[in-house]
Amino acid sequence: MVTNITNLGRSGLSDWLLQRVSAVVLALYTLFIVGFLLLSPGLDFAAWSGLFSQTWMRIFSLLAFISLAAHAWVGLWTVTTDYLKPTGIRVAAQLIIILAIFVFLVWGIIVLWGA
Amino acid sequence: MNSKRPVNLDLSTIQFPLPALTSIAHRITGVILFIGLIFAFWALDTSLSSPAGFAAVSDALAHNFLAKLVAWGLLSALAFHFVAGIKHLLMDMDIGVTLEGGVKKAQITVVVSVVLIILAGVWVW
Repeated sequence: MVTNITNLGRSGLSDWLLQRVSAVVLALYTLFIVGFLLLSPGLDFAAWSGLFSQTWMRIFSLLAFISLAAHAWVGLWTVTTDYLKPTGIRVAAQLIIILAIFVFLVWGIIVLWGA
Repeated sequence: MNSKRPVNLDLSTIQFPLPALTSIAHRITGVILFIGLIFAFWALDTSLSSPAGFAAVSDALAHNFLAKLVAWGLLSALAFHFVAGIKHLLMDMDIGVTLEGGVKKAQITVVVSVVLIILAGVWVW
């Protein structure tokens, strides 16, 4: 049996479930943001920053960013394990990806609460 | 086994079926979206930082051709990834999991994505 130590959930089944739950969260967040932008033609800074100063919007955004981190990791883990066969190159790529995901997550939290 | 049966090893002449093409496109758009997060987070960060930052982002999206192209490209990748993702969820629910169903869902994915990509282009320009 092949033992995976780099996938997120430690089992294919939990990765599968994580990918779907995070996908639904991201789909809802995408629909919300696109819908908000479409319904606010003359959007200005006050309305835009007003939206992101709401506690529920910050929590919704944080949920989306965490889902994004999980979703990107499961997806890119699958892609890298499928196409990057040499172990050294694959693990190096995966380290860069996990670092990038970490940076995006921290950046997102700073944007939501830092200002 | 008949050892004289024809063998085609010229991969460039082998055509991928449509569901295989939408599957690889789902992966490619996923990678594109991950790279595109740099632009998305930059836009979110800058637009929320100050009224001047908000003006800079909306000005870029209104007048800068390159910014419009990036926005349209990312919206297109998002549209396809979204639709292909819905297709995945339908398959998980055991909907249309046959050879004909797979081809049909792949066709619908392409058609719906193309419509959304055109609408995204209209939105950006």
